Amino acid sequence: MPFHYFVLPFTVGLIILLVVVIYKFAQWIINLERDDRIKMLTGIFSIKSIKAIKEVVSESLLHRKIFKVNPVLGYMHMSLAFGWFLLIVIGNFEAMWFGKNYVDPPYVAIFYKYFHPVSPHPELTKIFNFILDFLLLTILSGVFLALMKRFKSKIVGMKKTTVLKPFDKMALYSLWAIFPLRLLAESFVAGTYNINSFLTGTLGDIFNNFLPVKDLIIPAYWGYSLALGIFFISLPYSRYMHIPTEVLLIFARHYGVKARRELDGFAQMELNACSRCGICIDACQLASAANINNVQMVYIIRSLRENNTDIHTISNCLLCGRCEQICPVGINLTNIRQTSKLHTYSTPASYEYLPVPTPEKTEILYFAGCMTHITKSIKESVIKIFKAANVNYTFMDENNEICCGRPSMLAGDFNAFEKLKNHNIEYIKKSKAKLLITSCPICLKTFKEDYALDIEIMHHSQYFKLLIEQNKLQIEKLDKKVVYHDPCELGRGLGIYDEPRKVLNSIANITSVANEKQKSLCCGGSLANTEINTYQRFLVTKNAYKELTVNNPDYLITGCPLCKRTFRKASEIPVKDIAEIIVESMNHKKIQNSIYSSKNLYLQKVI
Amino acid sequence: MKEFGYKISASRQIDFDKIDHSLYRKIIENEPSMRLCIDCGSCSATCTAGNITDFSIRKMNLMIRRGETVGLQKEFANCMLCGKCTMICPRGVNTRNIILTIRKILNN
Repeated sequence: MPFHYFVLPFTVGLIILLVVVIYKFAQWIINLERDDRIKMLTGIFSIKSIKAIKEVVSESLLHRKIFKVNPVLGYMHMSLAFGWFLLIVIGNFEAMWFGKNYVDPPYVAIFYKYFHPVSPHPELTKIFNFILDFLLLTILSGVFLALMKRFKSKIVGMKKTTVLKPFDKMALYSLWAIFPLRLLAESFVAGTYNINSFLTGTLGDIFNNFLPVKDLIIPAYWGYSLALGIFFISLPYSRYMHIPTEVLLIFARHYGVKARRELDGFAQMELNACSRCGICIDACQLASAANINNVQMVYIIRSLRENNTDIHTISNCLLCGRCEQICPVGINLTNIRQTSKLHTYSTPASYEYLPVPTPEKTEILYFAGCMTHITKSIKESVIKIFKAANVNYTFMDENNEICCGRPSMLAGDFNAFEKLKNHNIEYIKKSKAKLLITSCPICLKTFKEDYALDIEIMHHSQYFKLLIEQNKLQIEKLDKKVVYHDPCELGRGLGIYDEPRKVLNSIANITSVANEKQKSLCCGGSLANTEINTYQRFLVTKNAYKELTVNNPDYLITGCPLCKRTFRKASEIPVKDIAEIIVESMNHKKIQNSIYSSKNLYLQKVI
Repeated sequence: MKEFGYKISASRQIDFDKIDHSLYRKIIENEPSMRLCIDCGSCSATCTAGNITDFSIRKMNLMIRRGETVGLQKEFANCMLCGKCTMICPRGVNTRNIILTIRKILNN
């Protein structure tokens, strides 16, 4: 068995890496809930594993999602991950084929050129050399891009990149060093033994002219092995832990493990699967509009990993979900932030004063929500529409306005949320309603996700769409150009994009903007953020408003009373809720009808 | 039932030299926008909890500035954190965070 002392750093590093990674994996799996663990175990020998392997190849190796967001960044990750993977696989393949020894320790394949510089199959070796050189060149181009990104992140199309900690730096610098050192080591070998290949061979020839290449082989291999060893040892304590964790996370997801409202084993996997690529930083409006640069999820995840969280930075988030939508690893970022908030604070909120619910029996319940109550025009419009369509409904919070509880939960107070929730559930159950309509997406989200009601729950725009389809509303297309703003809770939060647009299409001309639907910007009014001050909020609002009004629309339309109120502060054009524009269209039709009928009357008289 | 009838009430005299400002200072430290308040009472007028109970943010504000902290915790437990007060505030005071901060301070 070939051996040289320089293989020690690599071998020791690899052993430490394996032990630490297996220990960590075991810990996370133990921390899972019992039924999640059973799901993991039963899933291993099912078709789910094959699907998971497919995703591992496309995401962990090819980085398809990063490609979609940013092609240069995608190439950087792919060249490093897929290139290195192929380099290892093909290197091992060559070692096994030519060495005819299948039980050699891994270092033989890694340092194959040193141990077997002269090949038994010169022709085949040429092909292998070409492939390996090509892969090495690809990886080196990735390393070059990574270097450029560190010094000037704009080159790879990113405005900002992550700020690093010591272990990260150790891992990063050793990772950068690995491939140039490999290039040097193999070039020296090629120079000494006159091996022909386009990269290492040529470089070897050049070095041979002015360097004692034969004596430099051992130092170069020492450097290469040391770089590998340092990288392996620092990997589990740096951001590069994401490489093994992402694979585990993909498998866990395919076995059906889902995020819960607690920081369990699955959340630990998600935290460690974050590669700190920094894509979430550019998506965050607090960074781009309000210049708040220390609150993005990449930093929150790091602080959670290192157990030094700060409630002020955790709370400084609009929970708009733009980062989650763009995250290439698909981590449930908003859930992680909200969950880590939930454990920080609880009040003795009692709410003993809440009246005992005594609802009339009804089919349809309407819940306006607190924000609609301070935006009276929306409430009045909704009632007008209900009247026009002869909807028989009960106004749930007409006199005794009671909060849905979501704001308390967003502020981290689960106790208060539970009490308000139970009160509202009692009301809804007693009323025997089959349909609950609300004007506020914040309430809608919590009704749908946390209340566990077995009745249908709709945003008012969804119900209006039904009414229009059933021809219950007398509306007419207005000669107005409008732009629709997707509220975060309604759009990314609940996936309701089409219904409001369909309603709008039948009453006005919609213009589209660059960031809409999944990518839509936050108005900045979010209740989730308790830290931000009014001026910073205004900056976010202005940023969103500017983008929404590039086509000079007549109205800015939204589906959320909070968005409406927030935009109104920055807006020069009228901001309307979808209910208000329906009422406008109904009024228009009425006037048209009366003009028409009076004309008819006049004509009849004349004739 | 509300307390009803006649009794000798305790003195409500406030000695401005002996006011305990510690709570107010702590709040200002965490949420400086409390300084902007002009006591207009918009927050109390829109308050969801204030609609059903006696809870008034404007009153609480006055009490905190006068250093009267007795019974504050119980009063603030009424708040539902719905955020209407913040939305309505003409001065841009982050009222919701002030309440959250007070609750946290009083909890400890």
